[in-house]
Amino acid sequence: MFGYYLDLALRSLKRNKVLTVLMVLAIAVGIGASMTTLTVMHILSGDPLPGRSAHLFYAQLNPDIARPHAKEPAYVMDYHSAMDLWGAHRADRQALIVNSAIKVVAPESAVPPLQLDMLSTTTDFFPMFGVPFHYGSGWSADDDAQHARVVVISDDLNNKLFGGANSVGRTLRLGRSDLHIVGVLKPWRPAPLFYEAWGNYTRPQDVMTPLTSGLEINDGHFMQFTCWDMPSTPGHLQNAPCEWVGLWVQLDDAAKVSAYKQFLGDYAAQQKSLGRFTSGVTRLRSLMQWLDYLGVVPDDVRLQNWLAFAFLAICLFNTIGLLLAKFLRRSGEIGVRRALGASRAAIFAQCLVEAGLLGLLGGIGGWLLTMAGLWLVRRQPTDYADLIRLDLPMFLATFAVAIATSVLAGVLPAWRACRVAPALQLKAL
Amino acid sequence: MELRPILSTLRRHKTTAWLLILEIALTCAIVCNAVFLIGQRLQRMDLPSGIAEHELVQIQLGHVGKNVDAKAQTEADLAALRQIAGVRQVAVANQLPFSFGSDSNGSLMLDPRQQQKTAQVAEFMGGPGLLPTLGAQLVAGRDFQPGEYVDFDAAVQALHDGDARGLPQEIILTRGLAKRLWPGQDALGKTVYFGNNLPFRVIGVVASLARPKQLEQGVQYSTVLPISMTAADGSSYILRTSPQERGAVLKAAVAKLKQLDPNRVVLVKRTYDAARREYFADDRAMAGILVGVIVALLTVTALGIVGLASFWVGQRRRTIGVRRALGATRGDILRYFQTENFLLASFGIALGMVLAYGLNLFLMLHYELPRLPGIYLPVGALVLWGIGQLAVLGPALRASNVPPVVATRSV
Repeated sequence: MFGYYLDLALRSLKRNKVLTVLMVLAIAVGIGASMTTLTVMHILSGDPLPGRSAHLFYAQLNPDIARPHAKEPAYVMDYHSAMDLWGAHRADRQALIVNSAIKVVAPESAVPPLQLDMLSTTTDFFPMFGVPFHYGSGWSADDDAQHARVVVISDDLNNKLFGGANSVGRTLRLGRSDLHIVGVLKPWRPAPLFYEAWGNYTRPQDVMTPLTSGLEINDGHFMQFTCWDMPSTPGHLQNAPCEWVGLWVQLDDAAKVSAYKQFLGDYAAQQKSLGRFTSGVTRLRSLMQWLDYLGVVPDDVRLQNWLAFAFLAICLFNTIGLLLAKFLRRSGEIGVRRALGASRAAIFAQCLVEAGLLGLLGGIGGWLLTMAGLWLVRRQPTDYADLIRLDLPMFLATFAVAIATSVLAGVLPAWRACRVAPALQLKAL
Repeated sequence: MELRPILSTLRRHKTTAWLLILEIALTCAIVCNAVFLIGQRLQRMDLPSGIAEHELVQIQLGHVGKNVDAKAQTEADLAALRQIAGVRQVAVANQLPFSFGSDSNGSLMLDPRQQQKTAQVAEFMGGPGLLPTLGAQLVAGRDFQPGEYVDFDAAVQALHDGDARGLPQEIILTRGLAKRLWPGQDALGKTVYFGNNLPFRVIGVVASLARPKQLEQGVQYSTVLPISMTAADGSSYILRTSPQERGAVLKAAVAKLKQLDPNRVVLVKRTYDAARREYFADDRAMAGILVGVIVALLTVTALGIVGLASFWVGQRRRTIGVRRALGATRGDILRYFQTENFLLASFGIALGMVLAYGLNLFLMLHYELPRLPGIYLPVGALVLWGIGQLAVLGPALRASNVPPVVATRSV
C-alpha cells in the first residue's frame, strides 16, 4: 500500500511543479535555519568529557571577607584554602588549576619567542580529565612534591617548535628557567574549556607545568581573578587576599560525593570559626552543573535559536496552507477513490505519505542549507568557530525534523481531505 | 469596492484564511523585533569613543620578566618611536576605548562614608601626552602637569603602605561622568573618592572617552589618572599618525622595537580601527544574521501568499468567469484579489502587533533589551502590506485574464 501511495504522491508532486518547489523551498529554508542554530547550540552546550563528567566536581567556597552575605561562593579560591583542601586528599583524584602568561622559547628551535598561557596544575589533571598523550606522559606526584622542572606541551606547540617530532626529553625555556619536556599531548580540545572559571571556548593552554614549579618560574606574573584587598606583591599571590586557584575533584560514587560535600562545608565552617572566613557558603557542582552555572552558551546563540524556531513555525504554517490548497484541489480525485471503496483512513494515509515525501525533499534541501549555514558560522570570529560541524546525530536529526514537521503540517489538510463527501464530488465531475 | 462578498468568501475558506493570517502575524512579530534588534546593534557599533580613531595604531609587547629598567626601556622605546616618519605623537596607555584585553576599573564615590559605589568607572592611565595622543578633547580645566605624574610601581607601593601622599591627587573625568556625578554643576575642583579613602581632585573634563569593556556600567563613565605606566605593566604604545600612513607606521614601529631588542614578543599590533572592529564583530555578525532572517522570512511569507492566491484563483476560475460574463471588468477582478489580500494582511498585522509586543516582553525578560518603540509597529505593518500586495499581484493578474467564456464551460 505504501508503495502505491508513494507513487500517487510522486505523480501529484509532478503535476504542479511550481507549488511543489515552493513547498520544498519553504521547508528547506526553515529546516536549514533551525538546524544551523540547533547544531551550534548542540555543540556549545555539549558535554566536554562524555563518560567522565558525571564523576567530576568543582569545589567552591567564599574566602572573600568583604562579602559575608554572598549567596554564591567565589568562582575560584585563595591559595591557602586550595592547598588545604588539595592536601587533605579526600577525593579519588584532585587537581588545582592556576593560569599565567609566560614567554616560551625552545633553545634548539629557530622559532622566535612566544608569549603563551601556562597552566600550572597537579599530577591528577591528566588521568582525571582523560587527557590523551602522543608522546611521553604527565608528571608524577613526586615531581609535584619536588618542584620538578618538567613540562607537558600541546600537540600544536610541538608542531610549531619541533615540527611534530617526539620532543620528550628536550628542553623548553619558560621565562628564565629550562624545563624538561616529559609529555606531548594529542590534539585535545574540550569544548567549552570547562576546567577554567571564565567559561568560554578557547583552546587548552599550550604549556602545562606542576603547580609547585610554575609558581617559582613565573613568580610575579600571576593574575588574580579578584582580590578583596591589595596584594602586597602584585603577581605573587600565595599569601595574598586574592582568589585565583581552582580545585577539581573526582568522586566515583554518590557516597563519596556527599562525604566530600560534608568535608567542604566543615572546612568552611572551621575557617569561619577561626576568623579567616566570614561566610560558610560552599558549593560542589558537577561538571555539567558548573557549566550551566557559568552560562557558557552565549546569549546571542540562544537568541538565534529562538529566532530559528520561530522561523520554522512560520514555514510550518506556510506548508499547512499550501498542502491544504493542494489536497482540496484534488477533491474530485479523492471523491472517485472514496466511491471506489478507499476508506477515510486510506485517504488520510495517502495524504500523509505525500506530506512525508515533501518533508524528505525539504530535508535534503535543508541539509544543504544547514551545511551552508554552518560554513557561515565557521567564518565568524568566535572562539568556537573551528568546533562547528554537522555530526551524525545532527545529520539524522535534520531529516527527522524535516519529515516530522511536514507530516505534522500534513495532518490538518489530510483530515480535511479525507472528509470530502464523495457523492458531492462525483456529481461535479 | 464592496467588502461583503470578499468577507463571505473568506468565511467559506476559514481554515486557509486563518493560516495565512497567522503566518502574516508571526512574520510581523518577528520582523518588528528583528529590525529593533538590528537597530540596537547598529546603535552600539556606532557609539562615539571620543578619540581620533582613524589616526591611532597600538603595539603591545609581552613582558619579559620583571625588568628593573622597564622605565628606562620604555623611555628609550618612546624616543625611538617618535623618530619614525609620519608619527605625530606617542604615548603609553593601559587600555583603549572599545577593545579587548585587560582593563582597569574602580569604584567611584562622592563621599568617603558611602556604603555603595556611585559608579563603576574605567581608569585610563599611561603617562605624559596620553590625552593629546589619543585625541581626547579637553572641554574644561587642564591636562596633567609633568610634576603630577606618579610611577605605577610607586603608586602600587603607596597603596599597599596606605600612604596617600605617594598617590596622585588629580583626576580628569569625561563630561558624561561629570554630569552623572554633579548634574548641572561645574565639576572642576570637586573631589571624588576611589574606595573609601583615596581622594582625587577634578582638574579637567574631556568631552568624551568611552570605556574599554563593561559598557553596561555606563559607556562614558571613564576617568584618567596621572600614573605613568611602562611597557612591562601590560600597557601598549599608542602612536598617532595620519590615516593614510597608519600601515607604514605600524610596520616601521614594530621593526624599530624588534631592532631595539630582538627577543621581545609583540602581542598586539593593529590600527585602532581594527581593534574597534574586533570589539564589535559579534554585533556586526548578529546584525547580518538578523537581516538574513528578515529577508528569508519575508520571502517565505511572500511565497506562501503566492501559493495560496494561485490556488484560490484556480479554484474560482468559474466564479470569475461568471462575474466577467455579468459585466465585471478586469480591473474589478484584479482589485477583488488585491482587496482580499489587503484584508487578510490587515488582520494578520493587527494580530502581529500584539504578538510583537509579547515577543518583546519575552526578550526584555531574558536578554536585557529595552521596550520596543512604537515606531517599529507601523513600519512593520507597511512592509507586510507591501509584501502582500506584491505577492498577490501575479495571481491576481492571472485571475483578471480569465476569459468570460469560462462561465459557459463545465470545469
